[in-house]
Amino acid sequence: MQLRQPGTGPGTQKAPGSGGGGTTARAAVPRARKNSLSALLDRSPRLRLAGLLTAPAAWLGIVYVAALAALLITALWTVDSFTGKVSQTWTLDNILQALTDPVYQAIALRTLWIALAVTVIDAVLALPIAFFIAKVATARWQKLLVVAVLMPLWASYLVKAYAWRNVLAEGGLLEWLGTPLGLSSPGYSETAVIITLAYIWLPYMILPIHAGFEKVPDSLLEASSDLGAKPWTTMRLVVFPILVPSIIAGTIFTFSLSLGDYITAQIVGGTTQVLGTVVYANVGAANNLPFAAAVSLIPIVIIMVYLFAVRRTGALNNL
Amino acid sequence: MRLSRSAKTVLGIITALILLFIYAPLLLVVVNSFNTDRTFGWPPKGFTLEWWAKAFDSAGVREALATSLWVALVSTAISLVLGTLLALALQRYRFFGREGVNLLVILPIALPGIVTGIALNNMFTTIMGVSLSMWTVIIAHATFCMVTVFNNAIARLRRMNGRLEEASADLGAGVFTTFRLVTFPQLRSALLAGGLLAFALSFDEIIVTTFTIGAGDTTLPIWILQNLFRPNQAPVVNVVAVVLILISIVPIWLAQRLSADSVGVARVKAGSSK
Repeated sequence: MQLRQPGTGPGTQKAPGSGGGGTTARAAVPRARKNSLSALLDRSPRLRLAGLLTAPAAWLGIVYVAALAALLITALWTVDSFTGKVSQTWTLDNILQALTDPVYQAIALRTLWIALAVTVIDAVLALPIAFFIAKVATARWQKLLVVAVLMPLWASYLVKAYAWRNVLAEGGLLEWLGTPLGLSSPGYSETAVIITLAYIWLPYMILPIHAGFEKVPDSLLEASSDLGAKPWTTMRLVVFPILVPSIIAGTIFTFSLSLGDYITAQIVGGTTQVLGTVVYANVGAANNLPFAAAVSLIPIVIIMVYLFAVRRTGALNNL
Repeated sequence: MRLSRSAKTVLGIITALILLFIYAPLLLVVVNSFNTDRTFGWPPKGFTLEWWAKAFDSAGVREALATSLWVALVSTAISLVLGTLLALALQRYRFFGREGVNLLVILPIALPGIVTGIALNNMFTTIMGVSLSMWTVIIAHATFCMVTVFNNAIARLRRMNGRLEEASADLGAGVFTTFRLVTFPQLRSALLAGGLLAFALSFDEIIVTTFTIGAGDTTLPIWILQNLFRPNQAPVVNVVAVVLILISIVPIWLAQRLSADSVGVARVKAGSSK
């Protein structure tokens, strides 16, 4: 983003290679000059830029930005109770109901709690493994381990949630493992949702923290130990402060992804309701798109607030 | 910091345990797809290929697979074109609103899938009055697949030597000729990697798909979700899940080998959020 080839900005247009209008056609590539569109583009960098930018910008603008804006607006509309169609009557009722109804308050708090628990669990698991990969393992193992962490990241999210349905099943693996130890499987419950989400998003926490550990120079660790610090003290006073932005970058993923989830809650949550479940139910069965839109604003606002709160730590550059 | 031998061993054991935690559930799905027991009981009762045969015979699975492949192919094709154009525009030019566009590209993967899903659903059904179909899914998928192509292409463009293009133009090649003979060959492997990632992303996407798919169509993930809670289908779901793991991991593995550009989390992120 910072690197720019000289002379490619529209201000200092020395349009790389256009050579003004006076370039003579070479015998080697005569076709280029005959093609009038090509010649026109050759002369005008602005046209070139427009040609490049129009399609993707229009796509993003029309499909995505407009859709997000429309979502905000729809939250202020209502559903006609007779026809079941969205009626464009302006009202704050949806948003007020989403915020004040104790049922939805409880669901919002539960979702927040799940997202927080998932984030903490992932941070606790990610720190030692990221440290081991970045600072303890030999170079050969490092590569292997990074790939090992990365691969399952790409396995389908749905399949991973489904895998835990297998693990948590009655008479399944977890019960079999737990019984001799006197532990019982949580079954399909809120705890199961937390475990499964922590599982699904773990690689998103490991990777930025691993990148953070890689940035800590070994000489710094040696200096700390030469000055008499025990490993734990070095960790706390030297490594951890450098690592904070990376950890926060990781938490952005685990937190925001958990807030928006509803599939996992459906698959392993039993009757657990989260914000996503409410949104989904209102888009589908309850057919109340305005209310669904209003509820979906809750995670959007929470994520925005979180991003705003952490932007000063430099975490956003670590994504 | 000098770690004692025992500290290193402990860390190594923790790492091994976490990797076990990461892989065991996925392996369990693979094992259960051969398990004679229908209820995922552990240890497995016996080995069978019945579920695999059933899955291959199931018309629903075959149709869903065809839909998934078609959706993934078309949205990958669209995102390849749009992502490349966008990367060229943002990397080679400076213009008013450039930062804004830069942020805009990331949004489809930065916001939770459910937000993208409901926003597009609302856009199609309420605002535009279009009925949901396979094409609305393709439009939705192309929107976030564009990001992976864009990320791969722009990373490559940053490392490319722009002087080759200048030389080409100085030698009289037009804009299109230069792109075809000079820029594209250098971009090719990055685009292939980006395209493979986009394909895998689209292939196993579930949340945005649920919100944008028409009543009559089923992709493979949607099929899983629909059959997940039917006890007699459960073993076949396991088979489909294994297929899904394979079809999404193989392209990723190829993409990693193809692209020397580092794979950041932001790029990887989209993989599961949707």
